[in-house]
Amino acid sequence: MAQLTVGTRLRSAVCETEVMVVGAPEGDVELTCGGAPMIGIDEQPPEGGSVDPAAAEGTAVGKRYTNDAGDIEVLCTKAGEGSLGLGGEILGQKDAKALPSSD
Amino acid sequence: MNLMMLLEMAASSFGDRTAVTNGSDSLTYTELFDAAGAAAARIADSECEYSGLVDVNTLAVPIALFASAWAGTPFSPLNYRLTETELDALLARISPAFVVTDSDRAERLAGHDALTIVQREDFVASARSGAVLDRPWSMDPEDIAVLLFTSGTTGVPKAAILRHRHLVSYILGSVEFAGAAEDDAALVSVPPYHIAGMASIASSVYAGRRIVQLENFSAEGWIETARNERITNAMVVPTMLVRIIDALDREGDANLPHLRAISYGGAKMPQPVIERAMELLPQVDFTNAYGLTETSSTITVLTPQDHRDAAASDDPAVRRRLSSLGTALPSVEIEIRDESGEPVPAGEWGEIHVRGEQISGEYLDQGSRLSDQGWFPTRDRGSLDADGYLFLEGRSDDIIVRGGGEHLTG
Repeated sequence: MAQLTVGTRLRSAVCETEVMVVGAPEGDVELTCGGAPMIGIDEQPPEGGSVDPAAAEGTAVGKRYTNDAGDIEVLCTKAGEGSLGLGGEILGQKDAKALPSSD
Repeated sequence: MNLMMLLEMAASSFGDRTAVTNGSDSLTYTELFDAAGAAAARIADSECEYSGLVDVNTLAVPIALFASAWAGTPFSPLNYRLTETELDALLARISPAFVVTDSDRAERLAGHDALTIVQREDFVASARSGAVLDRPWSMDPEDIAVLLFTSGTTGVPKAAILRHRHLVSYILGSVEFAGAAEDDAALVSVPPYHIAGMASIASSVYAGRRIVQLENFSAEGWIETARNERITNAMVVPTMLVRIIDALDREGDANLPHLRAISYGGAKMPQPVIERAMELLPQVDFTNAYGLTETSSTITVLTPQDHRDAAASDDPAVRRRLSSLGTALPSVEIEIRDESGEPVPAGEWGEIHVRGEQISGEYLDQGSRLSDQGWFPTRDRGSLDADGYLFLEGRSDDIIVRGGGEHLTG
């Protein structure tokens, strides 16, 4: 459990997923990926971990993920096989409004 | 947050695609990433606090932008049209600085003690062969990414600060990652010292759209490059569009077969010009974008559908939107306020105030102009219609018009 701050980068302990926090709730929370707590971007994942089949929909690079309450938002910077989760809830992909290129 | 993160995502997701083309030379995303790392090592070795560039659009520009982000030096592209005295005054404000420039200017600037002057070709060649910096880039969102000196008719130019969080928020809020098709190519003819020049690099890299650089704008050169490089997207200022249309009219052949989208901004577009452009290039989607240096580029867009709806309408209120700046980006709020600071009703004129994560409103040595609630007073006068379309009355500060088809505002 930790207070997340905008700009923090985390990696999955059980797949290739990497994320950056874009919006964070107040207070300590535990972000998971593939069912396991995420770890710091510079930490080594423990050996032998595997993706929980209940959290294995995968992540896509460049997509943003959020919960129903909308108080957390992360950007996937590297894709993996696990799904992101917070407090048992699987985070959903946030649809961005398509904008025309302007510069 | 750091601009380098955007390039890292591009390099690891579609690294073999071409990122930027200049004449017969080009770099893939992986090559641009490696070049940024090697150039960052050179900037770090110089122990300079700032990095700068006094040059036209070349491969050195995106390399220097990302290398500065990696090394942690604020990057300041300077106006190469300034007089020697003006330029020296700006360089004094970003000293000690690592400065990339052309060979003539490199010779003249060589005597400045506080400057590490690197000639452009040497900079690019060493970036392509050197070892990358042996430390990661900072992820502190407060670090300064870009410093842009804003032009004004009087007084000392202000140095607008754009932090990594402003530019990254702008890109994340307005560009879809890898959203470009593999054959998309954007023609960049705005100079590097303009916010649109910086924003176009970050936007195109994140979208995966190849950048094609035009070193100096001429209508004929623009049209030729658009044909030869199969350009699909381009950003122009109104004076450029006028000259492109004139040249196409003279040629009697508006054949730009690959071009699908033109965005324009930087100054007010006369309605007859955009109407003529839409007639002449019916297959092209037009987007009008409004933004300032201090807002990390675009804050409102008039979309291609808005253009078509307005042009086809008999309702004067809808048709008039062709000369509007469109509606706010989803991540940006706009209010029109009177002189006492109170919001005015739709249709009335006042000063445009904006708020959002991409808004900086901060200057070197002068602090922030944002209100406690985060609103930035643009000093532009405008009005919003009932549907949120923004109209500009003409800037209440000043508009700078220079030769070479560049309107430089703000």
